Amino acid sequence: MQSTDIGAPNYFHKVVDCQWACPAHTPVPEYIRLIAAERYADAYMVNWKSNVFPGILGRTCDRPCEPACRRGRVEESAGHAPEPVAICRLKRVAADYKGDISSLMPPLDVPPNGKRIACVGAGPASLTVARDLAPLGYEITIFDAEAKAGGFIRSQIPRFRLPESVIDEEVAYATRGHVHFIAGQRIDSLGALIDQGFDAVFIGCGAPRGRDLLLPGRAEAKANIHLGIDWLASVSFGHIAEIGRRVIVLGGGNTAMDCCRSARRLGGLEVTVAVRSGFEEMKASPWEKEDAIHEGIPIRNFLVPLEFLHDQGRLIGMRFQPVKPELDARGQRQLVPTGEGDVVIDCDDVLIAVGQENAFPWIERDLGLEFDRWGLPVLDAATHQSTLPNVFFGGDAAFGPKNIIWAVAHGHEAAISIDRFVRGESLLPRPAPGVTLVSQKMGIHEWSYDNDINNAARNKVPWAPSEITLNNIKTEVELGFDPKLAFKEAQRCLNCDVQTVFTLNKCIECDACVDICPMDCITFTVNGDESDLRARLMAPAKNLTQDLYVADGLKTGRSMIKDEDLCLHCGLCAERCPTGAWDMQKFLLEMTHAA
Amino acid sequence: MTYIAKPKLHHPSLTRNRVGFTRRDYEGKISTLCAGCGHDSISASIVQACWELDVEPHRVAKLSGIGCSSKTPDYFLGQSHGFNTVHGRMPSVLTGAYLANRDLLYLGVSGDGDSASIGIGQFVHAMRRGVDMTYIVENNGVYGLTKGQFSATADQGSRSKKGAENTDSPVDLVSLALQLGASFVARSFSGDKAQLVPLIKAAMKHRGAAFIDVISPCVAFNNHGGSTKSYDYVREHNDAVNRLDIIEGRAAIEVIQPDEGVIDVEQHDGSVIRLRKLEADYDPRDRLRAMNFIAHHAAKGEVVTGLLFVDPESRDFHSHLTTVQMPLNQLETAALCPGAEVLEKLNASFR
Repeated sequence: MQSTDIGAPNYFHKVVDCQWACPAHTPVPEYIRLIAAERYADAYMVNWKSNVFPGILGRTCDRPCEPACRRGRVEESAGHAPEPVAICRLKRVAADYKGDISSLMPPLDVPPNGKRIACVGAGPASLTVARDLAPLGYEITIFDAEAKAGGFIRSQIPRFRLPESVIDEEVAYATRGHVHFIAGQRIDSLGALIDQGFDAVFIGCGAPRGRDLLLPGRAEAKANIHLGIDWLASVSFGHIAEIGRRVIVLGGGNTAMDCCRSARRLGGLEVTVAVRSGFEEMKASPWEKEDAIHEGIPIRNFLVPLEFLHDQGRLIGMRFQPVKPELDARGQRQLVPTGEGDVVIDCDDVLIAVGQENAFPWIERDLGLEFDRWGLPVLDAATHQSTLPNVFFGGDAAFGPKNIIWAVAHGHEAAISIDRFVRGESLLPRPAPGVTLVSQKMGIHEWSYDNDINNAARNKVPWAPSEITLNNIKTEVELGFDPKLAFKEAQRCLNCDVQTVFTLNKCIECDACVDICPMDCITFTVNGDESDLRARLMAPAKNLTQDLYVADGLKTGRSMIKDEDLCLHCGLCAERCPTGAWDMQKFLLEMTHAA
Repeated sequence: MTYIAKPKLHHPSLTRNRVGFTRRDYEGKISTLCAGCGHDSISASIVQACWELDVEPHRVAKLSGIGCSSKTPDYFLGQSHGFNTVHGRMPSVLTGAYLANRDLLYLGVSGDGDSASIGIGQFVHAMRRGVDMTYIVENNGVYGLTKGQFSATADQGSRSKKGAENTDSPVDLVSLALQLGASFVARSFSGDKAQLVPLIKAAMKHRGAAFIDVISPCVAFNNHGGSTKSYDYVREHNDAVNRLDIIEGRAAIEVIQPDEGVIDVEQHDGSVIRLRKLEADYDPRDRLRAMNFIAHHAAKGEVVTGLLFVDPESRDFHSHLTTVQMPLNQLETAALCPGAEVLEKLNASFR
């Protein structure tokens, strides 16, 4: 293998698994260290800069960082089940304890640049565009049909998961400066909007249509059959305050989980979730399923809905066909009937949460803005520009339903594109991230980070008592970590951003690093091709998604090969290195936003 | 030195040996030696060898004297018996322990100061008596703990870090051990675990005095251009006479023709040391030729390594003395003091 080019930003970025997995590439270990140091405001600002909604995401994020966390791969020998660092809940700690951060916000005294940008929809994507562009002097106008900004953050996420005060606060931070929020105005013509003379239009209107289930009985019993996302919005805005005693929720995604837990709080004593797929294949995040089960809501899998049962228009139940998974001739997994009789579940109300769709009835098809065969706009995947050069898309409106952190990442990219477009610059190539790599050595065996590996198991977030939370839909269930628990959890972070950096010409091949490495990551051997090397290292490197760090051409003709996969970043290789050939250097990558 | 403990976490692929331990279970405390010290690699090799041999840690006694090398038993086999003796006195304390309890595996760890200067008399007698032990000298040619003066094994003409020349002629512990009748004599290099680990395994399986001289560079004081015990010098002048494998159990041994450059030496426990010749006409079963060969190459500035001599018919001190099979420390009073009648008989036999 060729020697690794550690100067390429992606190389060390990939080693920071959490940051690499995050769509917004938030520097996770950086803010976790700040939390451990009780510098909550600084930790918040690291987040705010990158993901705009730390308090909201700290409660609701889909957390792609956590399955990626290295901690979940190295803990097997710790005596408890391996679990990632509770990254998401630590983010909330930064938001909960930050205090006054107004002095840390970017200054607003920039002169207007005379350019006007329209944002359609006031969800996380549009708010990110506004936050990135307003400090540059842009005048931003956000249109939304609702009275308050936030989009799905406000309408879909139940209050027991996300208090309204947190939304209000972070929406306010995102709309500082020259940002006008036009409430209660649904845009019904893109042509008319463009005609208002905006320099660019950003469309972040989400995927606002809930998918329906047109089964027998749907029309007759419609009074007690609700589309999940519409029902959640009505609950959020206080239009609905109760539901029948027996409720069926159809669907296995996070919306279904929010529906069932909300129904449980509005009088639904017997709430059942019915899902076509098996438990493992459900789209809902594992922790959201756990939370529902924890609240006494059964999840019944492998049930295909067949019919809404009604008694002269009054819904009385649903009929399902039980199925089981089987592999067909092509090896594809199919759901086939078990042959048992149909299952009937009695109910008073049904909530349908089987998916969302994009809908752009307000975009005229003769403007030159093309759509693909799934009804989604044709976009450049990197720039988010549509076929109408001054119109950009982000969030669920761009590539179909995802989640908040993706919407934020889209917003950043669209903001860069809009800024360049308005200034008449090329949208490609995209700006390179800001990268620094700095030695953390403070003394012979002292590092500026805590390199002693903590063996503790993941800490659980305390919950409010269920007698209270199940009776009030506005009482937040999770209490969040207090500073003491947050410190304990922060200490579990391995500091994967503090990189092992090898300097070939300083190495005397004494083997000290090989001997001390607790995970057998380092090998000195003759070079070979990758599959050959992976098999004959100190410990086999079986995780192909993780790179080998190769330094070729040592004095003896051998190479240093380090498997990045299970490195604890404990720095012992550098402590035991007599010549400083190994050094621990902090890799800080910050995405470049519009500027 | 390092202040944090080595993390307990280990690689998931780490396997357990026949007695249920992972390699990590044979480690000790974290080393307090200078970073890059060859001694740490020797400790790692001992850990590896004991794991591969399925040694039960409680069956090992590790003894040492004073010095950098003699600190190392703290850094391996943390679950074994240990005795850090007086300077240069490891061999006599070990001999006593070995006489009292012949059931343990004895590992003596010493340095060039501990064994070639203050303890040379002790070293000499442990070798000639055939004490059943593995005697490892971690040889760096300098007194590291007192900042790098030449030790008795430093080569004549080699230079100190400050540039002073060594005018004394060196003690070659390997030649000495051969001359004194050691039944297993080897030399290796801390930077070559592929050679060192099998040597340690073979030594631990050998019955009788097994001596391994391990050149172990002192990174702080003796790893410079004028040194003959630096990483670079030893790598450039290393003349390995053979490579060896340890084959356990008779059944698995395939017969190899004598002309294939392989010598099999059976050990008393039935295992076989299989030596692959690197030096065509070197036969490690011939003590006199071994001594000649080493002297000849030393004169050329070469460091001969490998298994230099092994006596297939080796015996140990207990067999010389015809002591009972049961360890002395387990004998009951009745066996130790058989009574006046037996004493009478014994006395009568001398009359």
